[in-house]
Amino acid sequence: MSSNWKEAAHLIRPAVVFLIGLGLFAVARKAVIPPSFGQYGHYRAGALDDIRRKPVHFAGQETCVMCHTEQQTARNAGPHRSISCEACHGPAASHADEPGKLKPAKPEIAALCTRCHEASAAKPAWFKQVSSVTHNAGTSCEVCHQPHSPKL
Amino acid sequence: MHPIPGVEGFMYPNEVELQWSILIVLYPYITGLVAGAFILASLERVFRVSAVKPTYRLALLTALAFLLVAPLPLQLHLGHPERSLEMYLTPHRSSAMAMFGFVYLWYLMVVLLAEIWLDYRADIVHKARTTSGPIGWVYKILTLGSMNVSPAARSIDDRVGYIITIIGIPSAFLLHGYVGFIFGSVKANAWWSTPLMPIVFLFSAMVSGIAAVMLLYHASCLLLKRALDMRCLDTIAKYLFYVFVIDFSLEMLDLVHRIYEADESFRSLDFMVHTRLYTSQVILQILLGTCLPLALLGAAQVLRLAESTRRKLYAVSGVLTLIGIFAMRWNVVIGGQLFSKSYLGYTTYKLQFAAREGLLSSLALMLLPLGILWVLVKLLPPFEEPQAL
Repeated sequence: MSSNWKEAAHLIRPAVVFLIGLGLFAVARKAVIPPSFGQYGHYRAGALDDIRRKPVHFAGQETCVMCHTEQQTARNAGPHRSISCEACHGPAASHADEPGKLKPAKPEIAALCTRCHEASAAKPAWFKQVSSVTHNAGTSCEVCHQPHSPKL
Repeated sequence: MHPIPGVEGFMYPNEVELQWSILIVLYPYITGLVAGAFILASLERVFRVSAVKPTYRLALLTALAFLLVAPLPLQLHLGHPERSLEMYLTPHRSSAMAMFGFVYLWYLMVVLLAEIWLDYRADIVHKARTTSGPIGWVYKILTLGSMNVSPAARSIDDRVGYIITIIGIPSAFLLHGYVGFIFGSVKANAWWSTPLMPIVFLFSAMVSGIAAVMLLYHASCLLLKRALDMRCLDTIAKYLFYVFVIDFSLEMLDLVHRIYEADESFRSLDFMVHTRLYTSQVILQILLGTCLPLALLGAAQVLRLAESTRRKLYAVSGVLTLIGIFAMRWNVVIGGQLFSKSYLGYTTYKLQFAAREGLLSSLALMLLPLGILWVLVKLLPPFEEPQAL
């Protein structure tokens, strides 16, 4: 029995190499995985702070309507009531901070309306859609439809 | 509405450009060669098919050379390849790809390297004793410091090697079954989503691996001016034929099932097969890559052909088989991205030439395992008689 063990002793060597590899992997793993990984879920908890530190670009719906009540009333009366201001006007946190200094640019109407309302087979039939070539052929949508309450 | 070049009908915006390129075609192709070559090696070791013994070591080295290259197409496809290592560090149990990383490591470390080391140990020790210079040092390192090659030690190696091969067969099945699973489990893609996918991938892997080793054995005998063992070649061709019949039956089963079931995706997929995939699927994969080699290999089984005719016939069948299996991988990976999920449109795959995911890098990736194999064959000659016990 003992001679059998002696003859099999060389098999210990690849096992040792394997275990050393496994040990190095465990050490490397310990060294590179951030300590906060797994605190809340399968991600680095510190990533939340990183994201929080990023500058805020959007003011948010409630901030806009604090001043722009007229537009809010018009919008709430029409089908665009569920669209937030910044979806069309762009991020406006800097404008909310300094209303007099930084004004958001007026959206380009032709591109803005067709972004959603250009006819496409992929859109559901109930969704209002037109071909901008045949429907208004170069005339701005604003001539007939007011964006805040587009009903004719 | 402006037409988009290469797009026909309606495509969702994220479907117009293919995200998975030729590199993702290479990945299952190369992995399949590994699994197939290993299963051929196991024929001799476990199932005692002594006729294929001359290819045993070559098959193991082929499997290792291709296995080392298998992850590279994926790495090259990634924008941040270094991040792929995170799947080893923080694997998520719900990720098939992360689990595949461990299957890959298991197969490389526990199965293939261990089996090759045990089989070659006597030769390594012999060369460590007789070779000088840097190569001699390589052999000395490969001995891992043990020079014991007594008959009793070799007999233990043989028994342990046998057990490792037995573990290796399900591991090879797992390795390639997993690749099929990764595609077959994409439920949003009608072209991929079938539980038959892992088993079809597995059998096509065996077909390609056996064909590759058969061709490599053929080529190395010609290059090294060694006599070709015709009994060995005939036996490999016979097994290739049998496995190919099973593989073809499974693929036809999938096809017949799709045609008869004719679900909502069928018209769209059928149109694709008759138009954009016609050359690669009907001509290359089915006719030239499957029916023709099957007919040739079948003819060799039933007709009494001269040795030189059989040799040529096997070589032609082997090349056609490899082309056919490559076409199969192509049709799965590329074909699965050519049609819209709306079943109303089709896009085009434009293969680039000298780009990161282009034809040149793919050719380099296909030649790399052959280069590694050349080094391995020089280092661990597969055709020399193993050192006697």
